[in-house]
Amino acid sequence: VVCVASIFIIIIIIVIIMSVKSSTSSSSSSSSSSSLKKLKWGALDKVVETFVTRLKRREIRGSSAVATNTAELLRTIVSRAQFEDVGELMDTVRLVGRKLQLGNPMELCIGNIARRVLYIIRQETAHLLKVQKANKQRSDEAKQYDVGGVSLHKLLDEPAQSDVDLAKQSSEVDMVKLKQPICEEITELIDEIKNVRSQISELAVEHIHAKETILTFGLSRTVIEFLKEAAKLREFQVYVCESNPSFSGQTMALKLAQEVDVMTTCITDSAVYAIMPTVNKVIIGTHAVMADGSLVCYTGGRNITEAAKAHSVPVVVVVGLYKLCPLYADENSFNTLQAPSEILRFEQALIDKVNVENPAYDYIPPDLVSLYVTNFGGHNPSYIYRLLAEYYDPEDYEL
Amino acid sequence: AKEMIINHIDSFIQERIEFADQVIASQGATKIVDNDVIMTYASSYVVEQVLRKAHADGTKFRVIVVDSRPKNEGKTLLKKLVSAGIKCTYITINALSYVMKEVSKVFVGAYALLANGNVISRVGTGVVAMMAHRFKVPFLVCCETYKFHERVQLESISFNELGDPDDLIATQRDDDDGEVLVDWRDNRKLRLLNLVYDLTPVKYVSMVVTEVGLIPATSVPVVLREYADKSKQLS
Repeated sequence: VVCVASIFIIIIIIVIIMSVKSSTSSSSSSSSSSSLKKLKWGALDKVVETFVTRLKRREIRGSSAVATNTAELLRTIVSRAQFEDVGELMDTVRLVGRKLQLGNPMELCIGNIARRVLYIIRQETAHLLKVQKANKQRSDEAKQYDVGGVSLHKLLDEPAQSDVDLAKQSSEVDMVKLKQPICEEITELIDEIKNVRSQISELAVEHIHAKETILTFGLSRTVIEFLKEAAKLREFQVYVCESNPSFSGQTMALKLAQEVDVMTTCITDSAVYAIMPTVNKVIIGTHAVMADGSLVCYTGGRNITEAAKAHSVPVVVVVGLYKLCPLYADENSFNTLQAPSEILRFEQALIDKVNVENPAYDYIPPDLVSLYVTNFGGHNPSYIYRLLAEYYDPEDYEL
Repeated sequence: AKEMIINHIDSFIQERIEFADQVIASQGATKIVDNDVIMTYASSYVVEQVLRKAHADGTKFRVIVVDSRPKNEGKTLLKKLVSAGIKCTYITINALSYVMKEVSKVFVGAYALLANGNVISRVGTGVVAMMAHRFKVPFLVCCETYKFHERVQLESISFNELGDPDDLIATQRDDDDGEVLVDWRDNRKLRLLNLVYDLTPVKYVSMVVTEVGLIPATSVPVVLREYADKSKQLS
């Protein structure tokens, strides 16, 4: 009787768990699948899911690779899927962007690319509406006025397209004509991401003078290209912090000594305050740039920039503007904790009695950075918020 | 004559080292109150005594042990504190800004206190002091008076000790990339630097805990002068 009762209880528990699981999964999948059905995706859904899985498994390494892949995926969606109007197109892009960002919440450039694409769509729609309106006016007034001058004058007098107008007129937009310019713009975006390092490196010689001592940390391809370009004309030496616990700094030191052929010294992260009086300039890359000009970079960056400020050493951040994110952060908000075994091996005496914290990222406030060298020139941290207006629309800040 | 010297040395050890540690422990323990979060760096015997005394007095606090390469001395301190029953958190020096918001006080040991108040301690103490200053956390140095010295120094490079550079090669990573720099000598352009000590400037030090009391770091030459006068009187 006891066995029967226990089996009965177990069955009830299993049924409850299954129903809870199925209700949560079905609610989320039903909302997305219903909206997917609405948007008539078909095979594209599979492409998106594959990409999300790759992101979740962290198979794609590096922000520029993730950004390029995201842009290519969005371009495929824009060109291949059927959309009734602009609103549907933007909703799709927003939905996909949200899904992808959830695949890797710390890879902020995914959201940036989605926002850039939305901005492109808005721009192209506004442009197309203007042209359509001008054409319509031209055909209306062709009997009465001269074709060229007056209608062009009227075109210039049009008030700026607000989002309200966009929504009202979006049904009038010819979707077929809209797709191609959007895809072209996204291709330009992909090219921009590809050319980031070469564009930044062009400014390298201006920022490094002879016999300088430069400090950097972690592994950043952008910094390597930057220093490589400068090394062609200038002689300098580099200190690299080894970046415990990833030790990417050690790989960086090796690459600098071999590829860039400069005198490189690898130091421990604890020596950064001791060595700072001998350093002329700190040059670092970053993971993301936030809206107020602050940085989210790999651990160790905060110690280095603070030590630089304490010794009045300028800090130069080399970064591509696809990493510019219209969000804000602080010391604990945008961060993930990594495996404690990286810093404390699993030892019986300590394992269950000690709390180990191993954050992956550091937050650097804007007053610690002297200059941003980006693929569109050099900027002050206080200017970064203005760049947001060039790339993102405020409506899209919350994806 | 020999006996006199031996007695003198013994009393020196008693007074200025062992007894001093006990006094510092009790003085430092008065600075720890309930619900404190104490941060310490690397491993210092005196700081360990302070924490043990505070724990024995029944104060409820927890400790954050900051560690760094290549010596990883914080681990030894961590083991001792855990065995004493103190609640501990373990981080590397790179995670300082992540935890510093929660910290109420920082206790470190020293190798020497210079006449201008600067502190010579394990490399990395300067980083901890700087971050504590940035987050407005009091930074206390626990130091016996026999470590006070008449020398002055402004920064860590002019006088320091170099450790074995090969200590940097071994990393804790399990994978193949664990020892990237093992052939560093093959490359003429690559060097490894292993500094042992660094200098913490006096502006970052809130207080020095010694056996003669809780003094500001600028009072080091005063104490030195007192002891110099005393030894002059004896001779």
